[in-house]
Amino acid sequence: MTPARPPRAYFYATCLVDLFFPDAGMAGIQLLRQAGVQVIFPEGQTCCGQPAFNCGYWEEARDVARTQLALFPEDLPVILPSGSCAGMMKNHYPELFHGQPEEAQIKAFSGRVYELTQFLVDVLDVKLEDLGEPVKVTWHSSCHAVRDLGLKGEPQALLAQLAKVELATLAREHECCGFGGTFSVRQPEVSGAMVCDKAADAEATGASVVLSTDGGCLLNVKGALDQKGSPLKVQHIAEFLWERTHAR
Amino acid sequence: MHAETDILFRESAAKALLDPQLRANFRRAMDGLITKRKAQFPDPEDLQELRHLSTAIRSRSLLNLPALLVQLEAACTRNGIQVHWAETCEQANQLVLDILQAQGATRLVKGKSMVSEEMHLNAFLESHGIEALESDLGEYIIQLDGETPSHIIMPAIHKNKDQIARQFSQKIKDAKYTEDVDELTAMARKVLRQKFLEADAGISGVNFAVANTGTLCLVENEGNGRMSTHVPPLHIAIMGLEKVVARLEDVAPLYAILTRSATGQAVSTYFNLISGPRGEGEKDGPQAVHLVILDNGRSRIYGDPQLQATLRCIRCGACMNHCPVYTRVGGHAYEATYPGPIGKILTPQMEGVGVRHDLLHGSSLCGACGEVCPVEIPIPDILVRLRREATHQDPASSVAGKGTGRTDAEDRAWRLWAALSKRPGLYRIVTWFATRFGWALPSGAPLLRDWTRFRTKPVPARRSLSERMRAERGSHD
Amino acid sequence: MTEARTAILERLSAAPAGGPPPLEDTAVMARRHWPAAERVVRLRKGMEAVRTEFLEAIPSDWPSVVQDFCDHEGIRNLLYGPGSNDGAALATAWDGEATLLPYDRPVEAFKTQLFTEVDAGFTSTVGGIAETGGILLMPGPAEPRLLSLVPPIHIALLRASTIQDSLWSAITNLGWGESLPPNALLISGPSKTADIEQTLAYGVHGPKRLIVVLVNDLR
Repeated sequence: MTPARPPRAYFYATCLVDLFFPDAGMAGIQLLRQAGVQVIFPEGQTCCGQPAFNCGYWEEARDVARTQLALFPEDLPVILPSGSCAGMMKNHYPELFHGQPEEAQIKAFSGRVYELTQFLVDVLDVKLEDLGEPVKVTWHSSCHAVRDLGLKGEPQALLAQLAKVELATLAREHECCGFGGTFSVRQPEVSGAMVCDKAADAEATGASVVLSTDGGCLLNVKGALDQKGSPLKVQHIAEFLWERTHAR
Repeated sequence: MHAETDILFRESAAKALLDPQLRANFRRAMDGLITKRKAQFPDPEDLQELRHLSTAIRSRSLLNLPALLVQLEAACTRNGIQVHWAETCEQANQLVLDILQAQGATRLVKGKSMVSEEMHLNAFLESHGIEALESDLGEYIIQLDGETPSHIIMPAIHKNKDQIARQFSQKIKDAKYTEDVDELTAMARKVLRQKFLEADAGISGVNFAVANTGTLCLVENEGNGRMSTHVPPLHIAIMGLEKVVARLEDVAPLYAILTRSATGQAVSTYFNLISGPRGEGEKDGPQAVHLVILDNGRSRIYGDPQLQATLRCIRCGACMNHCPVYTRVGGHAYEATYPGPIGKILTPQMEGVGVRHDLLHGSSLCGACGEVCPVEIPIPDILVRLRREATHQDPASSVAGKGTGRTDAEDRAWRLWAALSKRPGLYRIVTWFATRFGWALPSGAPLLRDWTRFRTKPVPARRSLSERMRAERGSHD
Repeated sequence: MTEARTAILERLSAAPAGGPPPLEDTAVMARRHWPAAERVVRLRKGMEAVRTEFLEAIPSDWPSVVQDFCDHEGIRNLLYGPGSNDGAALATAWDGEATLLPYDRPVEAFKTQLFTEVDAGFTSTVGGIAETGGILLMPGPAEPRLLSLVPPIHIALLRASTIQDSLWSAITNLGWGESLPPNALLISGPSKTADIEQTLAYGVHGPKRLIVVLVNDLR
């Protein structure tokens, strides 16, 4: 059920955006505010619990998830600048709390979870005006955002609204960048091979900015490009959209 | 972190990554297979419909599995096919040996069979003086080098034609060196036709077994499967117990999605339906056909409602073709009969989730496998479930080796993570320190050490978003 | 191994009952349907894509089409099943240079000769598959299994009127769902492999060439 332009919504930063990409989080909040949504940023945000869940430590994941759930008591949309964490809260919380006392409450909560671009396009139907200089960008589609959460081209739809932004497609747009949370440290060699290929793919597009919707992918791809000394900029789509639509 | 007996995927994968030739061979091959599959499914809705139908058929088949197996046995017996059951690979090997020895068979040709790989049948038979010659071209190539398949459909995909040319010129009598694929194929044809002619028995796998008609379906392109099953006087078919379906109508959609998913073909060259030995008045075909039904852990997997989906697999290999990990390390790095994503969930369930814990973590959970699986096996979900099984002792669980992958170090790490993440106050203090002093962490610190081999050190922002929002609130208040 | 059988079936039967399987919507199979003339075109297209060769014939002249082909290709001998109607018709009409070899005794009597001296094999078919391309064979006493497998050239007689929409509909229309002979099969082309670097190579174990004599008997 898509609520019709809710006046208020929660913003859940996610741990990686909170710590590594606060500008992206801020930009997401501004985009929502600009669209007329009053943003509530609850105090006490930590982590959605995905790392522990994916490693099989479900009790620990549940403990953490409970503290996070308590931050969103009102029946309002919960918006995340991450496809992966949104997928966790939307699709895997019901699994995690299956048979638990909160099961019904969780299902209702999961129904309110949105990834940022999903909310901007599907619910708010935002219109953007490009104020920036011509630029060529490329898009890394986060695996979880597409395959788990089920984004259907919302980020690309937003980019398409920007008149002076040219989108160059990666040769392997839908291939994993190799982050995978704990995967990147449990299988560092394979993960490293994957991210090096992704970085090379991004460079080959001739774009000057790599965009994505997930903190994990951004951290990973940025790290690999920086290591190579590549001039490519890596940016969260929220931050890019905010910059393009606001003259400095 | 790991017990000495554990098989570490990380180590073999890291080794494979150092071989640029291997990586190039796999990348090229997998790209080709991905493109060909895609061309077979021009209409995404059609594909989803066919997937849902195939999933439903395999689910129904599994739901009725015990009854279908009994029905298959009765129908086969009626058709003159002798049915044998084996709980373990050892039993299955012994059954095959007994059948061969009763016929005095010493020269054996084999059609492609992954179950026989699972059994290590060739080595077993050879230790009993029986020559077991692989006749699928890919299997023949790797058998010449004493290797195992690196892909379930394309067993020799890790080799390029130069490597095969060298190998043929060294190992096939009177063969000259050539990199021409037609000439290489002709060389193998010459050797193998003589072997088919002389063989005392043929062994094959089974793609689908039809319960009501007692029919064994074999899908192939080369004709070696037909040669192995129709030319020698004795045919032994081996199947995993999950391969049965109720009726031939069930096979049509499964066959349609199998060949398209596997090699991007709308149809294979041969689709061979075997429902009995040489019949009355027939002038050829084997005098005897045997069917060996192997369990090897499958009935245990069957006992778990979620994990049962593993048994829906029709062995198309699409999951490995699309896997970013498999594409880079190849099949041998998995040190298992079944590599790639399906192997990642099947091998630990067969061998134990503890000894194969590292393999369960050899996935970024990107979901490419689940997306292409023709029978919608939720491979990423099953991986997560098995990771849990590896580290937890659920009394209700029947998973092999449950809880034996648990380590104190990992336990402590997650307890610490939870302690921090469920206490916002504490979390706030830690992130405050991270933002102020995170840059000072040495790159050689645990976790960071591996990260920074390929990437720069991630440095937290000077102020977290939470901190900025608190400040914003403060200024408004 | 009755103990193994019992143990396996016991374990399987003890499994907790799962929910009902998902609904089966076969519309995706059933809607593969074409008019007769289009079925012929589709079949040809599918089979030619995998290097099957076609010879066109009409009901009265197909034996001479087979004969002309054999003469033209310099085929020395042609193995056929004398017990089948088409095999008998071929023999009656035969006036070609190639020797017709009847497959009329157990293979054991001439296995080496079959593998080394026979140039081509002739079989009838029981139908074709329009969707993907393919011919359906039911080998048996009249037309042995190896006729279509061992000789380097396989010549198959296909009547256009027998071409089915799909394997799915053929199974129903031919009654294969109820009972099957010891062997039945679908063939879409000559034997092939892509096991070396995914490069297609034809004629790896089975026939190097598949010749379909397509008899136009529509209307």
